[in-house]
Amino acid sequence: MDKFRMIFQFLQSNQESFMNGICGIMALASAQMYSAFDFNCPCLPHYNLAYGLGILLVPPFILFLLGFVLNNNISMLAEEWRRPQGQRGKDQAVLRYMFCSMAQRAMIAPAVWVSVTLLDGKCITCAFCTSVPVETLGNASHPGLSQGEMKRVLARIPCKEIYDGQELIANEVAVRYLRCISQALGWCFVLLMTTLAFLVRSLRPCFTQAAFLKSRYWSHYIDIERKLFDETCAEHARSFAKVCIQQFFEGMSTDLAATRCHPPRKAPADGGEAAEKLLGITDQGTMNMALKSWHRCKPPLHLHPPALPSGNGWAGEGQPPAHPPVPRRERAAYYSRV
Amino acid sequence: MDRFRMIFQYFQSNSESVMNGICGLLALASVKMYTCFDFSCPCLPRYNMAYGLGIMFVPPVTLFICGLILNRQSLVMLEEWRRPQGRRKKDLAVIRYMCSSIMQRAMVAPVVWIVVTLLDGKCLICAFSGSVDPEKFVGFANASPVQVQQLLAKVPCKDDELMRNNTSRKAVSRYLRCWSQALGWSILLILIIAAFLARWLRPCFNQATLLQARHWSNYIDIEQKIFQETCCEHSRLFAHKCILHFFESMRQEIKLHSFSLPREGEGAEGEEDLLQGITDQDQVNKLLKMWYYEKPPLDVSRV
Repeated sequence: MDKFRMIFQFLQSNQESFMNGICGIMALASAQMYSAFDFNCPCLPHYNLAYGLGILLVPPFILFLLGFVLNNNISMLAEEWRRPQGQRGKDQAVLRYMFCSMAQRAMIAPAVWVSVTLLDGKCITCAFCTSVPVETLGNASHPGLSQGEMKRVLARIPCKEIYDGQELIANEVAVRYLRCISQALGWCFVLLMTTLAFLVRSLRPCFTQAAFLKSRYWSHYIDIERKLFDETCAEHARSFAKVCIQQFFEGMSTDLAATRCHPPRKAPADGGEAAEKLLGITDQGTMNMALKSWHRCKPPLHLHPPALPSGNGWAGEGQPPAHPPVPRRERAAYYSRV
Repeated sequence: MDRFRMIFQYFQSNSESVMNGICGLLALASVKMYTCFDFSCPCLPRYNMAYGLGIMFVPPVTLFICGLILNRQSLVMLEEWRRPQGRRKKDLAVIRYMCSSIMQRAMVAPVVWIVVTLLDGKCLICAFSGSVDPEKFVGFANASPVQVQQLLAKVPCKDDELMRNNTSRKAVSRYLRCWSQALGWSILLILIIAAFLARWLRPCFNQATLLQARHWSNYIDIEQKIFQETCCEHSRLFAHKCILHFFESMRQEIKLHSFSLPREGEGAEGEEDLLQGITDQDQVNKLLKMWYYEKPPLDVSRV
């Protein structure tokens, strides 16, 4: 028990670092997913924008939801939010604290995906290649191209093998331009995110430290209480099962003794613990009957108080002083052929 | 319990080394980020300078802010700075010491980025290729100013069709790279000399104040960690008592409602105690339902 408590305390005091670890793993997974993903620009006028922006925005949303799903505390938050008030008031500040800390951790992997995507440049190149300023970068006066045609040609910029507008605008020039814009956006996004994180962290001690300490304590308390309750219930279930099974074996042994018309063999005084643990079942037939009875007819989930030990072991002989209403047990009639 | 305390004490006493470790990791991350980053100069007249200088200065700012965020001591310092005075006086020397040690550690990763950028040279070539004096280079001397600007802007792009076979491009590139590397090494030398002098000359000035400031900043850090740990321990005990109280009140309620007389002289005492008087399925279900619908009040003084 002590060792369990020690490990439990260690994990508890390090719950923050455990959650930070999961957060870091998800961020790395997000970067790895991006590098493993085979980006494949369609190079068609309207599809490019949809594909590029889709790859930029949909996976972060999925990662954000995944961050919530993988967080163990989400069920704790939901439970605390939905429970009836009862005798214990609900503190909105605690709920807000729990939600904020979960949301902050869930935001990291999506932010990493968006940064890596922007810094790599392929998405923006794909999405905005039809909006390249041809007048400044290329020859806008290239004859014989309607708007639609020009868009179709520009849409092929990301696909170098099929690009046929080299006279209109050089492929490398357009790609470099779009990539420069994409990387600038990427670094600005990273700077913005880190500044926000810094402000969120540093404004707290300046304004709401006391409320923060309170919310943090009670949110830890709710978590610990839930875990301890589960632990207590598990212990109770163990004891319940032990007593139930013990009573089952005692019941079997008493039944068999009653049908065989001889007293249950009392454990010899020098038999020791092992003989007691046999619970009165000492031969193959009896054991088989006990096992069959356990399978066919499990005892009810109702532990009756233990019968007081009487003089010579006959069941029913002598009245116990306190006589609780014991439910009548059905007695199976075993006819002995002896 | 002892082993846990030992591990905890080890981390407490080594908070300095933990922070140094984080600082080193961030510096390595900065180098790794630079090598992974695909530098791609736009090779257009006005964009070059913006891109080059942007890549040289925006990531260091980001790394600096990251260094502040990841350092636990910055929060401790802010709390100490903003707390109401109460019955404990505030010592500004301690706050200044903490601030300077945080800043020093946070500056390492940005400086590493800038030095690596300069030693590599690509950023400076991209940013300043348009500002080079064209008279010095043969290939660019005999062209109109606009054309010269266009050509110079394309110098960082080796594969551009105009620049592919241009020997003056390499000359400009080498020239700028030489300046960039000289600047990089000079900055590194100045910083190392400054750090060396700071460490050697520090004992000559105010050593006693420094020792005091360092002791008390360490103290504040440890005090906060122990407070958090004590709060965790307290909430665990509080929860334990609350749950036991809850089971006890359930047992009393069951006794009131079910007319079963108290058992005397139980045989299996240990197990019966653990069962807390809850001995059948309905009672267990009722207990679990009560736990959800009516959690006990946060008050264990009646136990």
